[in-house]
Order: sequence, then structure tokens, then C-alpha cells
Amino acid sequence: MSGAHFSWDLLDDVRQLFQFPFMVNAFRAGTIVAVVAGAIGWFMVIRRQAFAGHTLALVGFPGAAGAVWLGVSAAWGFFAFCGAAALVIAALRPQRGEGYSEESAGIGVVQAFALACGFLFVSLYRGFLNGVNALLFGSFLGITNAQVLALLVVGVTALVALGAVGRPLLFASVDPDVAAARGVDVRKLSVLFLVLLGLTVAEVSQITGTLLVFALLVMPPATAQLLTPRPAVSLVVTVGVALLVTWLGLAVAYFTPYPIGFFVTSFAFAAYVGAGLLRRRPLRVRAVA
Amino acid sequence: MVLAGMFAHAFVRNAFLAGTAIAVAAGLVGYFVVLRSQVFTGDALSHVAVTGALAALAFGADARVGLFAATILVGMAMALLGRQGRADDVVIGSVFAWVLGLGVLFLTLYTTSRSRSNGAAGVHVLFGSILGLSAGQARLAAVIAAGVVAALVVIARPLLFASVDEAVAAARSVPVRALGIGFLALVGVCAAEATPAVGALLLLGLLAAPAGAALRLSARPYAALWLSAVIAVLAMWGGLTTSYLAPRVPPSFAIIAIASAVYALTFLVRPRRSGSSASM
Repeated sequence: MSGAHFSWDLLDDVRQLFQFPFMVNAFRAGTIVAVVAGAIGWFMVIRRQAFAGHTLALVGFPGAAGAVWLGVSAAWGFFAFCGAAALVIAALRPQRGEGYSEESAGIGVVQAFALACGFLFVSLYRGFLNGVNALLFGSFLGITNAQVLALLVVGVTALVALGAVGRPLLFASVDPDVAAARGVDVRKLSVLFLVLLGLTVAEVSQITGTLLVFALLVMPPATAQLLTPRPAVSLVVTVGVALLVTWLGLAVAYFTPYPIGFFVTSFAFAAYVGAGLLRRRPLRVRAVA
Repeated sequence: MVLAGMFAHAFVRNAFLAGTAIAVAAGLVGYFVVLRSQVFTGDALSHVAVTGALAALAFGADARVGLFAATILVGMAMALLGRQGRADDVVIGSVFAWVLGLGVLFLTLYTTSRSRSNGAAGVHVLFGSILGLSAGQARLAAVIAAGVVAALVVIARPLLFASVDEAVAAARSVPVRALGIGFLALVGVCAAEATPAVGALLLLGLLAAPAGAALRLSARPYAALWLSAVIAVLAMWGGLTTSYLAPRVPPSFAIIAIASAVYALTFLVRPRRSGSSASM
């Protein structure tokens, strides 16, 4: 980034930061991504589905690679593969009494097979090799206005859907047996949540890259979990942490030659470690309401 | 015969030697990974391997040094952080998401500082290049794999006990925690070992798919343990042969596809039953 000089005149730094449209769009996209990923990730962490979330995030890679190979827009590939993988993982989710180990083996197979397919598509489509790193590690820069708009539409849809099922979903996540006894359709909610997670991840990973979306999904809620046991507060803390690390990451990456993904994950990890030191005894989120 | 001529090529012989050894090790280790519900840990270690290799490349060291150092250290660290040598999935997720962030940094350092911006080395780390192994590398892989298998056979009995019923094992003075740490170190060695062959991103398939299939097919621990290794080896041979016959298909894809297919088939062979590990 030539011409960007960090100084202690913070106002001037902010002016420099926003002088190019691509940075403005990066901040817009980053804000949407942080809010949506934080909210979905919060439920993902409570439901202990980090592995499923990570797998869905990675499945976007073969989706995009396959779409490019076939000559259609990468976005279609992201949505098709993430949606399909969400349904497969939902089908693998154990019925009552089945072991967790069996489910996680299934998720692992889905992930490895999906990534192997991605590599196959990349090999079949020659000359695409340089694009692999961009797909996996993303780039916040070069986001168009249309992409920001699409991101906003998907983000708002996901948040509305999450808000609509939020209460029963929290209930079903914290205590599935009691929720089922109270007439909550736990299984349907579980499928719905995975599909929602898949679609969100599909949209977000087009901006952050498939390897880094998981950082925004897991670390802010992990931080919040350490700080407060109350669901509403921890949801707010999650979104706050996600926004803060994304903005900081974008700003610092602008003034240094190093990649944004490194700064976002590092700040998020620092927040997590800091929260852990602040509260040595980890607390699980429990429904107090 | 096409297949008879296959072994006339030195690179094919090297790939089969290294591949078979790696498959046996991954199949055996994978069985315990699945049994102990540590597939996510294996996933994390495979991503740590990416960062380790990229770090070594960025600083101009041999990629294998970075691989082994990163996976073994992080594997043991995750075991230490967790209760009884098993880490919580939120802890695992947070740690390896950050390690991946470091990987991005090293990738940038590597591609910018070494004036080779084609990223091909990065792709080899991610997806492997088993047909590119030299005879020396293949022999080394075989020796390391033999070491992993030997270590696992030695601790198999207490590890099985500790995996199936941790509390009772601890009460019978089995060193549950030390076993957990030692086991994750072994998973780390296995991950580092398999990375040059099938790639860091795909080795999870070699850990999870044969073991998952074996656990669905047999409820008897030792039968499932060896069945897992056999399935892994068959997937490796099948994948290498497929790739030889159809050169446009990358070997790592063929290997993982066959292993995944075997896993998927077990759902047809045997209807879902409750608690594969409960009946032991």
C-alpha cells in the first residue's frame, strides 16, 4: 500500500484509511461479515458444532473451484456446495443414543472428500493454480458495490431467520431433551440451523476466504463465553468483539504489507486469551431466562 | 499389461512404498482418533501442518522440519490444555484458527520474499504430491510410519481402555493423561508424515474415513483396528493405480474418494445402529 503512512495523528490516519473506495467497501463488507458471523457463530459454539461449522466453511472451496471450472459464477458454487453439505451433515447428526464419535467421523469424511473434489476441479481447470490461494485465504480488497449489496441481503436474511427461531433454538441447544419434552421440534431446528450456517458461511467466505471464515465464527463467541454466562449479554459481546477485531484488522493491514487474515485472527485470538486470563475459570452459557 | 508395467517406474514404486506405510499408520492412528471423538483435533492438526510447512518455507528451512515441529508441539499443547488430555472443541477451534492466520502470514512472506510468486509450493503443501517423492523421501516416510505403528501397538491396550472408559481406566491406575498427550503427539507425527503425500488438507480423510468405516463394520476393537488399516491401504493402492491409469486425476483425490466411498457404502451394508462403541 504505497502512500499510506501511519502517524500519531489519528484523524489523519482515519482520513487516509477511507480515501479509497475499495477500503470503504472493505469496511462495509467487514462490518456485515462480523455481525452475521458473530451471531451465527454464537449459536454454533453453544451447540458445540465447531467441527461442522469448520467443515461447512471449507466446503465452499470445492464449490467455488467447481463453478470456475464449469464457467459459472463462483457464488453459485459456494451456495450449492455449502447448502448440500449442510444437509449431509444434518443427516449424519446422531439420533438419540448414538455416539458422537460416529457423527464426527462422518463430518471428517465430508470435509476431506469435499476438499479432494476441490483439488480435482483445480487440476482439471489448468492455469487456475494461482487462484487457489485467493480462494482459500480470501481478499478483503477489490470488493464491488454489488458484492456489498449481496452480502447485506444475505446477512439480513440470515439474521432475520436466526431471530425468528432464536428462542427455541437456544432452548434446544442448551437442553435438547427438555426442549423436546416441551414440544420443541429439536431435529427440525437442528437441520434449519445447519442450513443457515451453511448459507451464511457461503456468503462470508467469498470475502474472507474459506480458511479464515472459521476464525470469525469461533473466536468472538469463545471470548464472550469466558466473560459472561448470560445469553443476551454474551451475544452482544460476541458481535462487539467480532466488529472490533475486523475493523482493527482492516486498519492495521492497510498500514502494513502483511495480510488482513493474519491480523484479524491474531486480534481475535488475543481477545480470547485476554478473556481467559481475566476469568481463569471458564463458564458455560446457561439459559437463565 | 498396463498394471504390470506400472512398477517399472521408480516414482510409482516410491509412491507405493511411502503410501502403504503412511496408510497403515494413518489407519491405525485414525481408529483411535475416531474412537476417542478427536476427529476435530485431527482436523486442527492437519491445518497446523499447513502453517508449519509454510513457516519452514518462509524462513528457508526444510518443510519437513516445520511440519513435524508444528504438529507435534500443537498436538501436545492441545492435550495439555484439555481435561484429561482431551481438548475442548472451542479451545481447539480458537487455537487453530489463529494458527491458520499465522499460515497466511507465512504464505505472504514466502511468496513475496522468495520472488517465486506462483504459489505452487503452497499448493503442494495443501494437497500433496505423492508421485513426486524421491527414493530417499519414500524410505524415510516408511521408517517413520513403522515407528508410529510400533509405538501405537505398544500403547494399544491401555489406550483402548482409556478411550472406552476413561474413569474406570484412571481408577485402575492407567496413566490416562499421559496416554492422551502421547497419543496426540503420535497423531501429530502421523499428520506431518502424511502431509507430503496426500496433503495437509486431505489427510483428515485418511484418518477419518477408513476408521469410520471400520467402526461401523465391526464392534470388536482389535478387528476394527486392523480393518481400518486394511481399508486405508486399499484406498491408497486403489487411488495410486487410478491416478496412474488416468493421469489427469490427482492421486490425492483418488485416494480420498475411494476411502470416502468405502465409508459411504457401510451405510448401505449395515443399517444404523445405536452406539457403535457401547457394545464393546
